[in-house]
Amino acid sequence: MSDSCAAPDQDLALPASVDLEKETVLSGTVVNDEGDLVQGAYVRLLDGTGEFTAEVVTGEGGQFRFFAAPGKWTLRALSRYGDATGEIEAARGVNETRLAVSR
Amino acid sequence: MAREDVLVTADWAEENLDTPGVVFVEVDEDTSAYDSGHIKGAVKIDWKDDLQDPVRRDFVNQEQFSQLLSERGIANDDTVVLYGGNNNWFAAYAYWYFKLYGHESVKLLDGGRKKWELDARDVVTEVPDRKATEYVAQPLNWDLRAKRDEVEAAIGVKNLIDVRSPDEYAGRLLAPAHLPQEQSQRAGHIPTALSVPWSKAANEDGTFKSEAELRELYVDEAGLDEGKSTIAYCRIGERSSHTWFALRELLGYEDVKNYDGSWTEYGSLVGVPIALGDEPGTK
Repeated sequence: MSDSCAAPDQDLALPASVDLEKETVLSGTVVNDEGDLVQGAYVRLLDGTGEFTAEVVTGEGGQFRFFAAPGKWTLRALSRYGDATGEIEAARGVNETRLAVSR
Repeated sequence: MAREDVLVTADWAEENLDTPGVVFVEVDEDTSAYDSGHIKGAVKIDWKDDLQDPVRRDFVNQEQFSQLLSERGIANDDTVVLYGGNNNWFAAYAYWYFKLYGHESVKLLDGGRKKWELDARDVVTEVPDRKATEYVAQPLNWDLRAKRDEVEAAIGVKNLIDVRSPDEYAGRLLAPAHLPQEQSQRAGHIPTALSVPWSKAANEDGTFKSEAELRELYVDEAGLDEGKSTIAYCRIGERSSHTWFALRELLGYEDVKNYDGSWTEYGSLVGVPIALGDEPGTK
């Protein structure tokens, strides 16, 4: 995994090697107007100044996951069903968010 | 060089899916993306299996590249249109290879797979049956590729552009935020390198910004010296291919190199200078 810059499969369970005492995980799902999980949505993580940090594509379960740091982050989702933006104040461990995209 | 010489729009691509002499190539690390649906007629190139040497830590050589393109049914006189995921990082990385090995006509699909999907354009799962060719690659053009000694010598002399995220640049993170952070090499950046994250060169839908916006970004905001040569780097040389494309192919700067060893190499070298924090630092 570490020898590439691409995003790993977003549907996979959190690897056992990830230490939640140290890592700050921002994860969640993307849903559309109907409440259905959205596969193939592009989710990007922006830092406290609005600067792009990373981007992943949701898998079948509409899931996304980032490894970041405690603090203020913005999540931005783009999909063929529309867009969504979410603000999050992350702490160590897993931080769950749901992004509802709409036109 | 004009934008239309190096980039094609999604509309152009849709109109030219069946044009003889135009070959679409999807370049990804995640090959399941191609398998689940790709642009009609597109062949697949795997970033790792096809473009890296299986033994040495290096990418494919002239003969291996010739063999790869021959197998894929790509001819020397074909116009190759590259696209892929991750905002075209891998496609831009492959574009750089096509230029390194002297391919005449190669372009990127602006926005790559992302824009194509967001536009809800058609994809197919059928794999095209292309007849093998006798592709002959040119010797590697070292005018486009920087090696580590050259990079160290460029500190304070040439423009160095670090295209990683601000936190990677400052040394607060070792890898992009969608990857676990456990890694062994040192954090930070090459002293005097300007921080211009690759993402600033792209719009949200993955297309490249206009030439006017790009010039403002690199020259006016970041302070790139137009009278100097430039070397771009990231962590493993893909994101920096994207910036290399913006600087050389879109803005037309003549001497721009990609340092594909990038931070995974530089940050593991013994005895080289490293700067920490948000400022470029001094020589």
